[in-house]
Amino acid sequence: MKSLALIAALALPLAAQAQTNPADWDAVAAAAKGQTVYWNAWGGSTTTNDFIAWIGNKVQDEYGVTLEHVKLTDTADAVTRVLAEKQAGTDTDGAIDMIWINGANFAAMKDAGLLYGPFAEQLPNWQYVDVTGKTVQTDFTVPVEGYESPWAMAQVVFIYDTADIAEPLSSMQAILDWSTAHPGRFTYPQPPDFLGTTFLKQVLVDTLDDPSVLQQPATDENYATVTTPLWDYLDKLTPTLWREGRAYPATGTAMFPLIADGEIDLSTSFSPGAATAAIANNELPDTVRTFVLDKGTIGNASFVAIPYNSGSAEGAMVVANALLSPEAQARAQDPEILGYGTVLDMNKLDDTQRGLFDALDLGIATLSPADLGTVQAEPHPSWMTRIADDWATRYGVAQ
Amino acid sequence: MVRHARFDFHRLLASALPLLRMKNRVLPVVPALTLLAMLGPVMAGLYGTILPAFGHLPAAGLVGPNLHAFRALAAWPGLPRSVTLSLTTGLAMTAIALTLVMLLVAGWSGTKAFRALERLLSPLLSVPHAAAAFGLAFLIAPSGWVARLLSPGATGWTNPPDWLIVQDPWGLTMTLGLVVKEMPFLLLMTLAALGQTDAVRARSISAALGYGRTTGWLKTVFPRVYAQIRLPVYVVLAYGMSVVDVALILGPNTPPPLSVQIVKWMGEPDFTARLLAASAALLQLALVVSALGLWCIGELVFSRLGLVWINSGHRGARDAPIRAFALTGGILSALSVLLGLIVLAVWSFAGYWGFPDALPDTFNVKTWLRQGDGVLSALAETALIASVVTLIALILTVGCLEAEYRHRRTLSQRGLWLLYLPLLMPQTAFLPGLQSLLLNVGADVGRMPVMLAHLVFVLPYVFLSLADPFRAWDTRNAAVAAALGAGPDGVLWRVRLPMLLRPVLTALAVGLSVSVGQYLPTLLIGGGRVATLTTEAVALSSGGDRRAIAVYGLMQTGAALVPFGLALLIPALVWRNRKGLSHG
Repeated sequence: MKSLALIAALALPLAAQAQTNPADWDAVAAAAKGQTVYWNAWGGSTTTNDFIAWIGNKVQDEYGVTLEHVKLTDTADAVTRVLAEKQAGTDTDGAIDMIWINGANFAAMKDAGLLYGPFAEQLPNWQYVDVTGKTVQTDFTVPVEGYESPWAMAQVVFIYDTADIAEPLSSMQAILDWSTAHPGRFTYPQPPDFLGTTFLKQVLVDTLDDPSVLQQPATDENYATVTTPLWDYLDKLTPTLWREGRAYPATGTAMFPLIADGEIDLSTSFSPGAATAAIANNELPDTVRTFVLDKGTIGNASFVAIPYNSGSAEGAMVVANALLSPEAQARAQDPEILGYGTVLDMNKLDDTQRGLFDALDLGIATLSPADLGTVQAEPHPSWMTRIADDWATRYGVAQ
Repeated sequence: MVRHARFDFHRLLASALPLLRMKNRVLPVVPALTLLAMLGPVMAGLYGTILPAFGHLPAAGLVGPNLHAFRALAAWPGLPRSVTLSLTTGLAMTAIALTLVMLLVAGWSGTKAFRALERLLSPLLSVPHAAAAFGLAFLIAPSGWVARLLSPGATGWTNPPDWLIVQDPWGLTMTLGLVVKEMPFLLLMTLAALGQTDAVRARSISAALGYGRTTGWLKTVFPRVYAQIRLPVYVVLAYGMSVVDVALILGPNTPPPLSVQIVKWMGEPDFTARLLAASAALLQLALVVSALGLWCIGELVFSRLGLVWINSGHRGARDAPIRAFALTGGILSALSVLLGLIVLAVWSFAGYWGFPDALPDTFNVKTWLRQGDGVLSALAETALIASVVTLIALILTVGCLEAEYRHRRTLSQRGLWLLYLPLLMPQTAFLPGLQSLLLNVGADVGRMPVMLAHLVFVLPYVFLSLADPFRAWDTRNAAVAAALGAGPDGVLWRVRLPMLLRPVLTALAVGLSVSVGQYLPTLLIGGGRVATLTTEAVALSSGGDRRAIAVYGLMQTGAALVPFGLALLIPALVWRNRKGLSHG
């Protein structure tokens, strides 16, 4: 019997192999010392890259962890890599130790058992996280269950140049009307870029009378009916877009130069402070401001996750924890640096910590938390996947 | 003492003998080793592509063979346009670049203007494709430098026009970007071939018979030159059809050319997309083969028509406008790369720069300081990979050429084809397969496999660059050295290579610049862990931060250009008192 149990234990998949217990932080910190963490994160933004480099210095100084930023053009590259490693049986020390992940990829990876955890709620800095006011325990309706750790809040805002648009636009219908009256002055990133698909979801949420249907997975029965208003909207909008919709910017930040050059007057961002940061960076004119829709806009948290086969899971946890520190969170919220929303609850911080946030001047183009209005929930990922595919067929291979 | 010394000498000789014998055994296998280094990864990659294309990917639990992936590929709505784009951009680019270069050489070779243009175009050969593409985009976009310089004065624009120039659905800008980058390559190949075509005498005879400059050259020299540059022309065609980095920067994305779509599918989390990518990779290979076939048919038709034209005896009354056209084309092409690099420099130091200002409001070094750390570490990685790969390539090349010299084995025409094979094979056809294969055998991703992949592309260029000067070396020098007591190794190390210092350094510079410019092998085989200047620059392109892109593009160009500068400077210094050697 004993030997049978031993065989059974040996036969357990390596994925379930117990690494350092996340709850034992001293052990985590000890194991992390000297580890190199390969963080695969989108590398298209200088400000983000700088911030990641700063975090790298912080964990090097405090924990002796070396952080390497693997700059991606697309997060999916990292997911593919982990998947390929699992198929190839590389169950230890894979190429990736941490991923800046979005909802659809999180759902896919969690589902396929490609993630390490749960670890997030054991991190020492989790005590400061705002678990009630911010959507940090679900990611695109999928329960997080500690398999990824939040580090920034994002919410859709519209960026507009006050030199060309006098008043904020109140709804998606108003945006369509404006774009029809001013052809060629608006565009959005090409799906499957996450901001591009977010724009599509925002259209859907804003044009549906009752968007709650989006909280359930899309079914073959309801998909066509629910998305009809979206396609009607896009059929009208596309010919009025920049370049008549025959080309799209690759990402959200690729729209900044378009505004700066006066090619477009209106664009979107998932980061309420990005416009202010870009103005400070000379990437946008100082006449740019932001607005949200009357019914509110979609918001979600950015997370980091650790692949199941990371050889430096402890180091990655140290980085995830450092990202949650009030110091890092205040730095990320500083519009001069990143302008990302914090995931922390101000009421859980002590005076010194809160002082870091109070000292921030959010900047001329950033809406205050009150002005950001209602945060609308992300639809279930199944909607996004199908909508992105359909978009590619309808508009992505335009004739 | 003396006896002791003699004893030592004998022992030394005795111990060195096996070594020498081994060396003699090593040298003959170098050609085989070189072929293996060049073709091994290509063949392995193709093998790794064919299996998943037919639905066989045991690692993912998929067992073939079946045609699911091909059916899915056929059902992709973007396929017809994607395929058309690959074909049209590749064929159009090759035809335009070849025509311009031929007319330029025909109408102007031997003139002062030609020498000036040649000096302008040659360094452009080493400008990495991505940097040239960025420069072009910053130049000709509706908000680019050209429009800024002309606005609002000449155009009346206060906002850029809503014109689809960069990323146009027909791939015209992408074609243009490839033309300006491939012209220097074809020009250099043509100039190298000219030496073997007796062009000068042909021209004086045709001129004596009353033929115009261009017409006379096309009728007498072109047929012989073209026979020499056929393979480089095929390389240009195959490259243009499967390029990824230039297509990402300048090409359309609704849908993109097939090669870009393959890379996109390789990046999707869904494993069936990988099968789709594999089947598309085979389609890409078939496309390139068909296009090459089409080109060969074109050659036949052209040679028939050309014969009729030659026999017609027309002396070429319309030479003057054609000459003017060719020169304009050459100058515009060189200028667009040069101005592109200048506008990159301007952007890298730019403060706020709104449209239609001709120059930024302010200049600062903020971007350079911000990017400093990242740029330097990418530069170090780039330099390390490029140096190791180029050094290996040079050793193998010299080994091959010396083996050929000592054993009197000359490269047959078939051998030359083998040399060109890795360059004719579309990268997107075998690199994805190579990545899957490396993963399957559990090879660690990172620098080493990337170096192996780079070697595939660096070797042929180093070989082609060094082979002619090496073979052209006057072997009477060897006879003299041998008469003075030098063995074969002594001749090689102490006479031949020092005398060939300049071509050897040029070959090194070519190898370095080829390695610096590699995008797809670094991206796919490096698994994202190997960040070179090129991968970083292309990654930044999606973010649209023109200042950061400019910094990386300039550094990339510098990394490729500096070795060329050194290849000119070092021989001039070393041989400053040896006039006959300084020209290699």
